[in-house]
Order: sequence, then structure tokens, then C-alpha cells
Amino acid sequence: MPQVATRPDRHDRLGAFLTRLGPIRNHYKVVPGLYAVGTPTAEAPVLVTGNYKLSFDALRFSLTGIDAWILVVDTRGVNVWCAAGKGTFSTAEIVHSVKHTRLADFISHRRLIVPQLGATGVSASEVKKGCGFSVIYGPIKADDLPAFLKQGESAGEAMRTVTFPLKERLVLIPVELYLQLKQLALIMVIGFVISGVSPEIFSLSAAWRRGLLLFAATVIGMVCGSALVPALLPWLPGRQFWIKGLWPSLLAGTALLLSTAVPPAPVDQIALLLWIVAVSSFQAMNFTGCTPYTSPSGVEFEMRRGVPLQILLAVAATLLWLASPFLNT
Amino acid sequence: MKDYRYIPDTATLRLDTETCIGCGLCQTVCPHRIFVVADKKARIEDRDACMECGACARNCPVEAITVTPGVGCAVEIIARWVNGITGRTVMKGCC
Ligand code: SF4
Ligand code: SF4
Repeated sequence: MPQVATRPDRHDRLGAFLTRLGPIRNHYKVVPGLYAVGTPTAEAPVLVTGNYKLSFDALRFSLTGIDAWILVVDTRGVNVWCAAGKGTFSTAEIVHSVKHTRLADFISHRRLIVPQLGATGVSASEVKKGCGFSVIYGPIKADDLPAFLKQGESAGEAMRTVTFPLKERLVLIPVELYLQLKQLALIMVIGFVISGVSPEIFSLSAAWRRGLLLFAATVIGMVCGSALVPALLPWLPGRQFWIKGLWPSLLAGTALLLSTAVPPAPVDQIALLLWIVAVSSFQAMNFTGCTPYTSPSGVEFEMRRGVPLQILLAVAATLLWLASPFLNT
Repeated sequence: MKDYRYIPDTATLRLDTETCIGCGLCQTVCPHRIFVVADKKARIEDRDACMECGACARNCPVEAITVTPGVGCAVEIIARWVNGITGRTVMKGCC
């Protein structure tokens, strides 16, 4: 039986850093199975989680001084909430893990503490039917587990209510930006080409000069939609995310145009502003998936309004950008 | 959630009060505290705050709750649209 520490070591910290940054976010796993925290007896509580290492770590680090079992279910390295939505953190998977680890041989009671956010994929009554264990839904946050256990495995309203404070929004930003590097590279290749189209067919100097401007505009749009919108989420006007994405980009876009030492041609300016707003609105809309309060029906509702506008803005920006060199000669 | 309100009148959540036996599990699992159980019957308190995660419906022992569950994620929906149009799995969703 592997016994795990309740304090992070150097590797845990480095792994957490890289995962938060982006590069290894999909491969940060622990081996599914049964783990011991402290020196659990047959009466100790059994805490169920997925095999995403950050979730597993958050769980064990919250258990300092507590003797418990951790049953790690195979969620393919995805956190419990996402996995529950996708069906990998499920009734069947829990039943399978209970049987596979022969949990009943180690434990005298028949209770599993399952994270509340896992309930999306788990039916308490079917788990009971499948393996004889009763599911008790634990608190939303691992940090609340000690209090939950002390209160006789019961949670108050606060522990059962999902929140989305600034700190939780901020940690999502690096991955959000990281995920756009590929799109950014692609946009830049195309951007470089269309920036060089000119009355003399193709101008390398224009491609370079205008291409850089376009690059700056794209990065600003992405930062607005994927960093400023998450950070300022509750304070931005509008409930729909594509609307929230408009405000920071209008401000930042205007600031960019005012701050450029050599101001671009007026048509270019309009094109850049439209482009920044389109990118930001789109990225803001994509942030819906990271929040714990947007419903799929709501997201589809807002996309039917936001996406046509974003396409319109992007097409207008592209046409103006292409036309500009011909208008200024 | 008090700090965040999403789009009203879109959630597909429905409750059949007749069928409900008042076990209270929906109230326990809902991360947005949508349900209140009183006098052996559940009641929807705030439908507009529902994020359609489906936890309540999955755990209701008598299937009194219906909701079209899913993840409220634009990337996911774009993938569905693109795949629907092309008839192939061109895009994978997020997480
Ligand atoms: S679907 Fe999720 S958010 Fe909506 S009422 Fe059920 S548990 Fe609550
Ligand atoms: S889970 Fe179903 S039966 Fe239980 S209180 Fe809720 S609606 Fe009623």
C-alpha cells in the first residue's frame, strides 16, 4: 500500500508550476489505486478522487494530521469535475476501482466520500447497488475536508456552494494564453502575407512593418480576452461573455493606436481596432468553459449572437487591412 | 452564485413535484443551491442559476428531475458545430 506525504516536495512544486503554465497540463497523472495518508485503520474514511495529479495533491496536502484512505479512480489525468462531465469519473469507474483494489478487504465500514463536483457523473444509488458502498458527497473544496470530517461527515451551505474568486480565475490565465500559441503562429504566417500585399504586388518592407502591427494587435486581443476578462469577470458589463470581451479590447485597442509612435493609416487603424475587438470577444467567449456557472444552453444562446458579430468584425478587418495600401497611394 | 449571474430563461431544468419523494439528494449535490426541500418535496428556488451540470438528475432516485446536461463551454460547442457540418470528428473539445 503506497503511503503518501501531506506536504509538497520539490517535484510536486515543479510539476504544479509546469501544469499551471501549460506544457504538461494533460499528462500530469498519478497511478490509480488505493493510497494511505497517515496510518489509517479499517475505520478510517475513504476519500475518492481522480488521477489528475494536481487534484490528488490538493487532496493529500489538505489532510495533514488526518488518517485516511485515498481511492484514486482512473480519469485519464483529468480533474474530477471535467471528468464527471465527460463521463470518465463515473459510477462504473468507481465500482470498478472499489472491486479492483479489493477495498472491502481493508475497510470495515462501507462509505465512500466522493467530491460533490463529481456528482455530475456519479449516481449514489447505483454505486450502492454496484459495490455495496454508500456514497457520501464531500465538500466542493479539498481544503474543507478536515472540517467536514470533524463535523461527522457533513457539510454546510458554504462548503456546498461553488465559488469563483479572483485567485481561482488568475491561475487559469497562463494555460489560457499558452493554448493560443499555435493559433497565434498560424495567424501570424497568414498576417505576414496579407500585410505585404500592395500595389507593387508584394512589399517585403510593408509585410514586416504592418505584419508587426498586426502581431501586436493580435496579442493584445488575446491578452484582453484570455487574461483581462478572466481577471475582471464579475465587474465587466454584460452577462454574455462575448459582450464582456468587448470592453477591455476597445480600451486597449484605442490605447495601442494612440501610443504608436508612427500612427498607421486611418483605414489601418480601424482595421486593427476591429481585429482586436473580434479576437478578444472570441477568446472571452471561449473562457465560458473554465467557469463554474455557465450552462450549455446559455453558452449556445450567446454564441448564436456573438459568433456572427465576431465573424463580421474579422472579415471587415481583413478587407480593410487588404484594401488600405491601395487606398493610400 | 451571488457574484455571477448568467443568461436568464435558458436552463432546461425541470422538476416533477408529483414524483419527488423528498430525499434531499438534489439539494445536497447542486453546486448552485438551486433546490430547497421542505415538507417532503423539493422546490426549484432559482432556475436561472442552474449550469445544467446534471448532478441533481443523475442522483435523483425516482427520476423526478430532467435537465439536458452538458458542459457550458464555447470550445466544446464550436467543436460540435464544426463536426456536425463536416460530419467527421475534426475538432476535439477542451479538457
Ligand atoms: S443541473 Fe447542476 S446546477 Fe442545475 S440544478 Fe442540477 S445540480 Fe444544480
Ligand atoms: S433527488 Fe429527486 S426525489 Fe430526492 S428530493 Fe430531489 S427531486 Fe425529490
